[in-house]
Amino acid sequence: MATTVQNRAVRIGTHPFLLRVLSILFVLGLWEWAGRVPVSIAFPTCSETLVAFFEMLTDGTFAKAYAETIVPLLVGVFLTAVGGILTGIVLGLSPRAEWLGLPVVIVLQASPSAAIIPLITFQYGIGFAAKVFAVVLLSAPVIVLNSYRGIRNTPRSLLEMSDAFLAKRWQRIWKVVLPAGSGLIFAGLRLGLAQGFTGAILAELIITPTGVGDLITFYRSTADYAHMFAAILSIVVFAAVSIGLLQRLELRIFRPEMRPA
Amino acid sequence: MTSPHTRSPQPGQVPTEPGGGEPAVRVVDLCKEFPGGVLALEGLTFDLPRGELTSIIGPSGCGKTTTLKIIAGLAEATSGEVLVDGSPVHGPGPDRAFVFQDFALLPWANVLRNAAFGLELRGVPKKEREAIAREYIARVNLTGFEKSYPHQLSGGMRQRVGLARALAVDADILLMDEPFASVDEQIRRKFQEDLLYLLAEENKTVVFVTHSIEEAVYVSDQVVILTRGPAHVSKVVRPGIDRSGDSQDIRRNPEYLDWVERIWDELRDYLEK
Repeated sequence: MATTVQNRAVRIGTHPFLLRVLSILFVLGLWEWAGRVPVSIAFPTCSETLVAFFEMLTDGTFAKAYAETIVPLLVGVFLTAVGGILTGIVLGLSPRAEWLGLPVVIVLQASPSAAIIPLITFQYGIGFAAKVFAVVLLSAPVIVLNSYRGIRNTPRSLLEMSDAFLAKRWQRIWKVVLPAGSGLIFAGLRLGLAQGFTGAILAELIITPTGVGDLITFYRSTADYAHMFAAILSIVVFAAVSIGLLQRLELRIFRPEMRPA
Repeated sequence: MTSPHTRSPQPGQVPTEPGGGEPAVRVVDLCKEFPGGVLALEGLTFDLPRGELTSIIGPSGCGKTTTLKIIAGLAEATSGEVLVDGSPVHGPGPDRAFVFQDFALLPWANVLRNAAFGLELRGVPKKEREAIAREYIARVNLTGFEKSYPHQLSGGMRQRVGLARALAVDADILLMDEPFASVDEQIRRKFQEDLLYLLAEENKTVVFVTHSIEEAVYVSDQVVILTRGPAHVSKVVRPGIDRSGDSQDIRRNPEYLDWVERIWDELRDYLEK
């Protein structure tokens, strides 16, 4: 009996959910301490930030700002996801496309995109299209490269197996190559979403002062650092939640064996 | 699946010629040169008699698997040809099914879907292919594991799934590439016995690549001995061990031990050169 209780205690102590909560609490605690020191007058405590966070959440400031930011983000990430995954698959399946296309993607990934973003205004002005373009610019390379790697990493023996059992070309791609690459493809999508979010915020900071980017700019100009940090915190939370949702989607569609029972 | 059946029509007899009819597969003067000029196979010629189990044996790296893949149509020969029922092989076909050394199961699919995958690719409706797969899952003793995923199974169980998948497509010829190489020794013996029992019911032509002489003598009607660098056929022998008794008796049978010794001598000659 005693051992069961002990086992349960150990199990709870090492339960992933509890560990996650503990790790978050630890970081928040560290933040509170650093704010109280204080490390800088522009660095609010965790509690001040959280108060500001809930204030903005309840008075509709976030809702309004995110409504503005999320549309170009979703449009941009959707376009990149469809185009980028297709491009990655083509690069992964055709050696000729690989030779032609891969260097472009690698150069694009290595280039400092933030420096390119101001140039967008010459072509697309300061409106919706410019934001979408910024999202695409930042998210495309990682989505394309990960899709490409995912496709290229299909185990040889599975390809041979699909040949031996007479798979047609589309069956081979749909039933073997895509599920085998789904881990890397979805990792690319998650990173792409995060990158695209960076692109949207950068566009709002650099090109058009709107949405969440504008919140940050505005509160910084009024030296309301608690609200400014709350806006930044909201970005972190938003990104973490959307990435978690994507991961669930992946397990649901492609990898039932990795779903917790 | 307790005791293996006899596969030879008349146990104890050592036939010099395969029992009548055209062989299921003829391998004619097969050569394979890899890019870079490495000659792997040099003029292999042998027949696979219909309804029998033929082992291909030889030192590691001698081209056993390459030969099997050429028969399967998964690799191309540089020259020479493989005839299945008299017509040359130009790629994989529905008349041949393959069992892979590393199982090659889809990690994201459960046992049922993996076993039915060959039929799925052929467009057999879901209900029908799952019924067939269930039947073969039962034959390889995996009933109850239909919903398990490969990573939840042992090596031996995974290879049973690979075998069920190959049997489910009902090909006449079963090509097995060191099917027990990734399986524990204890399970291996049980698996060999089960395989013989299963094949006795199925009446298939089987090609079995192995590097184990004992395994080859135990399971085969015919053994093709290959030698290394570049591979050519050293000898084709027909051990024809009487497998009617208990498996332990067979392994102690002087005839069995004699054949193991003879094949070993044959290979040793080439290894020492």
